[in-house]
Amino acid sequence: MAAQNLQSVPAELTPEEEAAGQAHFDRIIAEDSRIEPRDWMPAAYRKTLLRQVSQHAHSEIIGMQPEANWISRAPSLKRKAILMAKVQDEAGHGLYLYSAAETLGQSRDKMMDDLIAGKARYSSIFNYPALTWADMGAIGWLVDGAAICNQVPLCRASYGPYGRAMVRICKEESFHQRQGFEILLELSNGTPEQKQMAQDAVNRWYAPALMMFGPPDDDSPNSKQSMAWNIKRFSNDELRSRFVGMMVEQVRVLGLTLPDDQICFNEDTKKWEHGPLDWHEFQEVLAGRGPCNAQRLERRREAHDDGAWVREAAAAYAAKQQAKESMTTKEYAA
Amino acid sequence: MSPHGNPDAPASAATEINREAPKASPAPQEHHDRSAWGLWEVFVRSSRGLSHVHAGSLHAPDAAMALRNARDLYTRRNEGVSIWVVPADAIAASDPDSKGSFFESPQGKDYRHATYYTKSEGVKHL
Repeated sequence: MAAQNLQSVPAELTPEEEAAGQAHFDRIIAEDSRIEPRDWMPAAYRKTLLRQVSQHAHSEIIGMQPEANWISRAPSLKRKAILMAKVQDEAGHGLYLYSAAETLGQSRDKMMDDLIAGKARYSSIFNYPALTWADMGAIGWLVDGAAICNQVPLCRASYGPYGRAMVRICKEESFHQRQGFEILLELSNGTPEQKQMAQDAVNRWYAPALMMFGPPDDDSPNSKQSMAWNIKRFSNDELRSRFVGMMVEQVRVLGLTLPDDQICFNEDTKKWEHGPLDWHEFQEVLAGRGPCNAQRLERRREAHDDGAWVREAAAAYAAKQQAKESMTTKEYAA
Repeated sequence: MSPHGNPDAPASAATEINREAPKASPAPQEHHDRSAWGLWEVFVRSSRGLSHVHAGSLHAPDAAMALRNARDLYTRRNEGVSIWVVPADAIAASDPDSKGSFFESPQGKDYRHATYYTKSEGVKHL
């Protein structure tokens, strides 16, 4: 079992050991300290985390696609280099998160298989198409902006490996949002057509970005438990409201508008409010009936299959080297 | 060297691996299954004078690929000047359940800390 030294392995325990484990877990959560992979944890905590972290990882991996689509059509060499760096970051973020999920006892191959088989979910946002170059700006500004809002509190998630992955990710995300903002700003200060293109992109991505925070609080069954476990620190609506407040300020600098005339600051609650969102659409996209679901999964499958020979060749080479080395060792021994 | 190495040479021929160095713990057999690349833990030294610190983990078929993957994954922004990769199953870890007894010895031994000695307070350079 040496291989699982650093991982979390659910074990058969006696009722006394279970009770002691639960008491230890409760104490750690009450102290707002961190659970580490080899600590005892409730099965439901493990399951919730595994779902959340793997879905998060899948989102990063699928999230490479809308932007990768524009690498070959970026308007300048500088923009191409930036976009490539960003897409490479998304791959990296996916890998940090798969590593974190793995510490919960799930193999990476299983997670990959679930994604490819369409059994796993990922953020609904990546099932929308990136139609113009301005979408690269809107994705960076709105989608990565919403992601940052969501992820900063996750740096303090009670599960150590998840929090550490989020710290790393958040450090890198701010470049993503700023580069998106800059793309929109340049377009907004360009020709009337360019400015219109930027506005259209903001109009398209605004509502899907707000929905990234998840369903409204009264329709989010898992939120309460996740907050009790210190995985989530703020509710979906709370984060969404904060995000709207930030965007209201920033869109002025861009010289653009948000496609929502109901945004207002509620003096009583001290919170930003926004117009109604189409939650039916959200459910449809999550259920696999969004504009690009099929295309995204197909592309992922293709990439996985196309890369098979590389994985096999690398493993074969490693095996050959290993065999050579052990031959040499035997010769010495003889 | 280009940031992604020389495509004409296999990654495993990487010069950053000293092949003459004795291998303390060869990668275990399961690393060579076609389907399962082994798990490696990555340690990064962020600058000269500092220790290597655990950065995370990754999968790779061998040490050379693990190093290259670690560079691409954990040092995309100059976070390191040196990387160690260790097969995850070569690491022995203390048992979290034995926390009490295993770390018992320093408990109650406050006299091992300078703060235990209060009578010297106010005395300069002490």
